[in-house]
Amino acid sequence: MMTEAVEFALIAALAYVALLFALAWIVDRRAAQNRMRWLRSPIVYTLSISVYCTSWTFYGAVGSAVRGGLEFVTIYLGPTLMFVGWWLLLRKLVRIGRVYHITSIADLISSRFGKSEVLGVLVTLIAVAAATPYIALQLKAVTTSYQVIAGIPLDRIDFRAGFWVAVGMAAFTILFGTRTLDANERHHGVVAAIALEALVKLLALVAVGVFVVFGLFEGPGHLFAHAPEGYLHSEDVFGPRWITLIVLSAAAVVCLPRQFQVVVVENENERHLATASWLFPAYLFLMSVFTLPIAIAGMTLLPGHGDPDMFVLTLPLQAEAEALALLAFLGGFSSATSMIIVSSIALSTMVSNHIVAPLAVRLFRHRTRASGDVRGLLLTSRRIAIGTLILFGFLYFRVSGQSDALAAIGLIAFVGVAQFLPSIIGGLYWPQANGRGALWGLGAGFVVWMYTLGLPSLEDGGPLGPETLLYGPFGIGVLKPEALLGLDGLDPLVHATFWSLTANTLLFILGSLSRAPRPLEWLQARQFVDVFRGGGLGAEPAGPRFHRTATSEDLFILAQRILGAAPAHDLFETFARRQGLAQGLPLPTPELIEDLERRLAGSVGGASARAMMAQVAGGEEVSIDELVSIADETARIMRYSQALERKSEELETTARQLREANARLREIDRQKDDFLGQVSHEVRTPMTAIRSFSEILRTSDDLESEQARRFVTIIHDESLRLTRLLDEILDMRVVERGEIPINLEPIEPDAVLDQAVQTCEGLRGAAAVRITVGAQAGPVRVAADPDRLRQVFINLLSNAVRHNDKDPVEIAVESRVVDGVSYEAVVSDNGPGVAPPDRDRVFSLFSATWTRAGEKGAGLGLAISRGIMHRMHGDLTLDDSPPGTGARFRVTLPVTTEDPPP
Amino acid sequence: MATRLLIAEDEPSILESLVFILGREGYDIVTARDGQDALDRLKEADAPGLVILDVMLPTLSGFDVLKAVRADPALAAVPVLMLTAKGQARDRQMAEQMGASVFIAKPFSNQDVVRAARQLAAP
Repeated sequence: MMTEAVEFALIAALAYVALLFALAWIVDRRAAQNRMRWLRSPIVYTLSISVYCTSWTFYGAVGSAVRGGLEFVTIYLGPTLMFVGWWLLLRKLVRIGRVYHITSIADLISSRFGKSEVLGVLVTLIAVAAATPYIALQLKAVTTSYQVIAGIPLDRIDFRAGFWVAVGMAAFTILFGTRTLDANERHHGVVAAIALEALVKLLALVAVGVFVVFGLFEGPGHLFAHAPEGYLHSEDVFGPRWITLIVLSAAAVVCLPRQFQVVVVENENERHLATASWLFPAYLFLMSVFTLPIAIAGMTLLPGHGDPDMFVLTLPLQAEAEALALLAFLGGFSSATSMIIVSSIALSTMVSNHIVAPLAVRLFRHRTRASGDVRGLLLTSRRIAIGTLILFGFLYFRVSGQSDALAAIGLIAFVGVAQFLPSIIGGLYWPQANGRGALWGLGAGFVVWMYTLGLPSLEDGGPLGPETLLYGPFGIGVLKPEALLGLDGLDPLVHATFWSLTANTLLFILGSLSRAPRPLEWLQARQFVDVFRGGGLGAEPAGPRFHRTATSEDLFILAQRILGAAPAHDLFETFARRQGLAQGLPLPTPELIEDLERRLAGSVGGASARAMMAQVAGGEEVSIDELVSIADETARIMRYSQALERKSEELETTARQLREANARLREIDRQKDDFLGQVSHEVRTPMTAIRSFSEILRTSDDLESEQARRFVTIIHDESLRLTRLLDEILDMRVVERGEIPINLEPIEPDAVLDQAVQTCEGLRGAAAVRITVGAQAGPVRVAADPDRLRQVFINLLSNAVRHNDKDPVEIAVESRVVDGVSYEAVVSDNGPGVAPPDRDRVFSLFSATWTRAGEKGAGLGLAISRGIMHRMHGDLTLDDSPPGTGARFRVTLPVTTEDPPP
Repeated sequence: MATRLLIAEDEPSILESLVFILGREGYDIVTARDGQDALDRLKEADAPGLVILDVMLPTLSGFDVLKAVRADPALAAVPVLMLTAKGQARDRQMAEQMGASVFIAKPFSNQDVVRAARQLAAP
């Protein structure tokens, strides 16, 4: 039954498609001439991001609202949270995409994890697996909407509409999506068409919404009053399914290949993201605000409800607002087609760069090299891929029939692409994350996703049969796809999301920790994680990391094969100019090789560019060895400089020690000179007297015998003095070297002190000597040599007599035990004492100053006594008594508990 | 009238020998046991005909006394004979620079001291 509306719908759709073609064509032409600056606006960028809203949101949101109440909101909440809250993640993605010429999400993950070809393939496979049902979903939506507007009953699907839409979209995409190979030459025509479609779908949905609220009802209050009982009081709000849906849709807005394409790859300017971060949520709000009214209106006004997924269309039709219905149809058509176009572009890039290109590299290794052959091959492969993907989508639609609600298919895809999330976040923020982790995580996530969600979505469990679904494979209950490990009673979506992401994340972390990053992984990790470090917007990556060599000719041929003759020629001219060369090919510097590889990566992806470059500029083994050696070199230089630093510190210490030692030696040398000077002086003095008097005796015949005897006595005394001096000097050397025999034995020191006092009482100088023995320590024992200790006491007592100008000389001796551990004897006199500045000096050699009798000792006595005391672990000190109160010498020795020898 | 001679020496035995050998020559001898003592005696009376100074003297060294003597106009012309037990060249040089007339190292020969004294100031 062909109605006017049908004819008009067909014509309108065809006209609309024609408009898209024309627009894309004109924009591409204008963009090539560098006009159409409005295209490079943040608004166009934001509108292109709205490719997120497919026919699933256009039609399906209402269906979801009818079935699950407010749950549909989550699909808008997730992206809003991502754009508002995780804006930094998006900015980092965009920066990396621009700096490293990332061509797709597969390229991002592959490049980040050491330009891994395997990862590129795996991501591509997951993306295709997720996208194929999704494309089928769009075709199904277009078909159903066409049938609704054409009045064809929905119990039989007319696949023709879907087929022609598929053909049309394939043609459009091939025409405008594969004009160029380079990801950095943006698809301006396509973006313009997508932006237009974004406006159409928004306009259509808002128009239907306004019509429903204010045309069919008398405003929102009136409308909500008609809501079914308890409809708005869902208990599931923010339950596990809600959280899951929010997480999934937040992930999808980045991880869906088409979203990555518009957000990252097609991004013109990083600043556009700032606008998108509020404008895109605003767009989502407008898209969702009428969902609930339309759902309520549909439930109220359409008896038996019909298909709630089609309320957007059936409500205007029911009200005989055919123009509005047509607009709604075009809106849904726009949603579906924009999704198909962008998805197929993104997926075809992935297929050509990560599956075809690696094969081409291997297959055509030894073929003749023709200009642009790789480029031609890749473009062709992309065109075929686009056709094939859309065909797959159509076939899936054809096979899967009419069982699933639209929303279910969309969610399965969401869970699939959410598997990229751990690798992306880990890859962007965790330098340790490596290819093994990504491979394990993605592989596990993919398998679990397929097993827990993909299989059950197929009719009767697909190849495994319905028994598996009910009882687990081979009847193993814990492996039931929808209740893994006995986790029963969960919503299948929550269950699948939980298990797939848990397995994915755990294995990602475990895999990354299980081995150290390979050199290239390490390099890429640093470049991706630290992309904001050093360098502003558009900063080129740091200098070449490899030292590869190639001939300029080979490089030029490679560039021609991938970029085509003219672009390669232009590029090499730029290189040559940059090197300051007027003509000819540029020099094949490592910088140039690096730069060229980066540009080729923009066309064929990082992994393939590296593989192709490896054929020309030396094998990858060489480059990795090179990289390792660079790393080693760096480590070696660091070690070396640390060693140098240590060495120089050591040298400084040594120099300081030497300086100190030198100063000490100089001091000792000076002391030695002084000592020799003193010895010389001390020896010459008695010698002078001896010589003088012996000369007198020898030459004088007239001496009286009394006088002669006196002179001989002087000679005798002076020679004794000389002997004593030499003995003292020898004693001194012996004490200083520790050669003096000192026999420590437990003795009572007071007894020794008494003996010394008795000896000295006989001393008689010019004045009388009175020695007073005061308090005594009593029966305490010390470890000492009694002869040496007596020598010390006698030295102190005789000093007290000799260096004294009083008459009579009074000496006080007393001893005590201090704290039970130390014996102390004090010898004080009534002489002039030692002037404070001389108090340290009296213990040094030749310190003698002044004596009463005018006789001079060599001044060695106190130095020797102190040396002896030190040898006996004791000490000899001079008290800081006030000047003029006499000298107080203090002898200390540690008390011992040993018994004296029997 | 005999030439007055001041001997400053802190070693009693050396002083005794100097007094003996020079007294025998006919000098009128005054003794001092340290530097300050020597300076005091030089100032309290008329300038002596000759001064014999030991370098190593208590209170003021022989050099200090020499410096004071040379700085005093009344004493500047008095000949000074220096005796030292150190005998190092540096001491000799210093003594000559400071205006010592003769420098004799210990142990000395009596003959040298007597000859030097006679040359500087006949008894």
